[in-house]
Amino acid sequence: MEDEKSFSDICGGRVVLRRRYYSPYCREFGLSSARLSLRSLTAVTCAVWLAAYGLFTLCENSMILSAAIFITIIGLLGYLHFVKIDQETLLIIDSLGIQMTSSYASGKESTTFIEMDKVKDVIINEAIYMQKVIYYLCILLKDPGKPHEISQVVPVFQSAKPRLDCLIEVYRSCQEILAHQKATSASP
Amino acid sequence: MVLKAFFPTCCASADSGLLVGRWVPEQNSAVILAVVHFPFIPIQVKKLLAQVQKASQVQVAVLGTWCHRQQEPEENMGHFLEGLGAIFSHDPWLQLCRERGTRFWSCKATYHQMSTNLGTPTEDQVMLIFYDQRKLLLSWLHPPAVLPGCQDGETTASTGGLADIFDTVARSEVLFQNDQFDEGPVRLSHWQSDGMEASILVELAKRASGPVCLLLASLLSLLSAASASWLWKLWPLSFIRSKLSTCEQLWHRLKHLSLIFSTEKAQNPMQLMRKANMLVSVLLDVALGLLLLSWLHSNNRIGQLANALVPVADRVAEELQHLLQWLMGAPAGLKMNRALDQVLGRFFLYHIHLWISYIHLMSPFIEHILWHVGLSACLGLTVALSILSDIIALLTFHIYCFYVYGARLYCLKIYGLSSLWRLFRGKKWNVLRQRVDSCSYDLDQLFIGTLLFTILIFLLPTTALYYLVFTLLRLLVITVQGLIHLLVDLINSLPLYSLGLRLCRPYRLAAGVKFRVLEQEAGRPLRLLMQINPLPYSHVVHTYRLPSSGCHPKHSWGSLCRKLFFGELIYPWRQREDKQD
Repeated sequence: MEDEKSFSDICGGRVVLRRRYYSPYCREFGLSSARLSLRSLTAVTCAVWLAAYGLFTLCENSMILSAAIFITIIGLLGYLHFVKIDQETLLIIDSLGIQMTSSYASGKESTTFIEMDKVKDVIINEAIYMQKVIYYLCILLKDPGKPHEISQVVPVFQSAKPRLDCLIEVYRSCQEILAHQKATSASP
Repeated sequence: MVLKAFFPTCCASADSGLLVGRWVPEQNSAVILAVVHFPFIPIQVKKLLAQVQKASQVQVAVLGTWCHRQQEPEENMGHFLEGLGAIFSHDPWLQLCRERGTRFWSCKATYHQMSTNLGTPTEDQVMLIFYDQRKLLLSWLHPPAVLPGCQDGETTASTGGLADIFDTVARSEVLFQNDQFDEGPVRLSHWQSDGMEASILVELAKRASGPVCLLLASLLSLLSAASASWLWKLWPLSFIRSKLSTCEQLWHRLKHLSLIFSTEKAQNPMQLMRKANMLVSVLLDVALGLLLLSWLHSNNRIGQLANALVPVADRVAEELQHLLQWLMGAPAGLKMNRALDQVLGRFFLYHIHLWISYIHLMSPFIEHILWHVGLSACLGLTVALSILSDIIALLTFHIYCFYVYGARLYCLKIYGLSSLWRLFRGKKWNVLRQRVDSCSYDLDQLFIGTLLFTILIFLLPTTALYYLVFTLLRLLVITVQGLIHLLVDLINSLPLYSLGLRLCRPYRLAAGVKFRVLEQEAGRPLRLLMQINPLPYSHVVHTYRLPSSGCHPKHSWGSLCRKLFFGELIYPWRQREDKQD
């Protein structure tokens, strides 16, 4: 089962939540944010080149112009490969674990997998971010040796930052699976 | 709970047979290691499994049946397979089935033990997880989940779900020794069943490494014994040895080489990687050093360098003289105390004059010295850089001397001033109690104290200026030497073999696993592909960094500023004496 729904993030931009239910105990949530817009790219490039041209008229050294072009290209490649996250995915598999993937604009994917033994709970928490108070979804981890203590808090969807309505959908689905997992692991 | 079946991708196209592997009850998962094909005799299968269990300490057992249907489904095959469940009793009994040409599988797991109270064998849902057996065998999981108490010989308790799977596959290497060309009673299918892979060069190197290591280890032990002998502990030699960074670097390299060529085998992958990193680092060092050597000795560069050295030293001395003349006048418009200025200025000028005479005395021999020193570059680029750092230290020895004189004078002045300031206010430093106490002074003590205080405070700007100038020069020299040491440290400690392995064979260094959901059809079991998530480069460098020789500045910025203000001498790096054992 697959469906798509549009939400907004904390800044008012548009994010798209894509849900896929592979089986009753395996679900995937993909959150895609807006791609790099041509307008902002043009604006930044023009600003950098105007500054370089201004420096060139001051110094009369043509190396500045080639350096500006070089910096623009390297900066754009670096931004696409290391900073701009296009899609974040949360895959939750009963009795196996939770996997978070971030896909960057250049195609790079960075994945983290947390085993179900280490997952204590999935909650929605509040935080102060710049001048706002926002909600974010996070996974509480526990040490298998000390099941009553929280060892780590892992936030999810950090780059897309959706609003509460989107988080509630994801939270409900995750809680269904976690409840099912707890029920089946309690009985042998 | 869902039953997880880890199935190797290499067996997905194998013929029908029995599934052999390990059952992990805590995670309700079955790790399938190989498929035993028909025809087989059950007694021999059981014997083989017992042998493997004894050799590898892994609880291998027959877990179920695997059916790869070629044509129309055969009814008698189905009954035959179910009959096998009675011969090899295992709870739960897995039945995996695949139609030829389709990508969809059917899986069934039956529990027999539960059936006593329920009446019928219960079935459970199965989740198929495919894994690449070869990659899982060769990879090391970071952080290693082995507890400090467990060794390879003991059967480990489940240390963690995935670490267990890695561990099982890695220790079952004995099972993968037989391939399809062996004439054994049992025919297996696994990642090596098409033939064991090995490399002739690697095998030859392994055979040759024994005697070579023995020879080199004995030579190196002779060298270490010679360098650790009592001769070096006598006063002039031990002092020179502690001050020169070249000796430190040579000692460091000697230790590395003795570790690489030691005759004992590496106990765990970490030690093996460390040895490999050291070897690659030494080889790169020597290669870069030889490159530098060939560049230096071509075009008579040594001669050019020697001819340029004396004029450069002259130039530096001349600049220093100009600086001192400037200080003796009215530097930056400040008015100095004339008499003290002249005394200090003439004192330092005479030093420079002496230094220039020594340099001119040495100038005919410089080319020979440089030529012989340049030969040392074949020991490695790091040794050449250390020698460069030592040469800079020797050439700027006069700046060091000036700094020490200026610092000592300034330090004396500051302490004198602080003590007399306390006298001014009627207080005294109590050495016994380590605090400031009040004290009643006599009139003549107060008079002389105030006089001295006034003299010192009016002479302070002159001394402070000289101190400032020479400290800045000294800091400049230290910065240059520090940069060279940083480069040497980088070559020494960068784990190049690990980085190369991460680049070319990323599955060897695993940070974890990642799953991908394969094509899904309703009603069929869920199929996942488990791949290895490689370690990020920053973690590779952090984990496999070689220990550097430890010449790091010991001060924080705060303590450095404090020392500069009070005129205490700063030693930028201390050679660690305790590393000489």
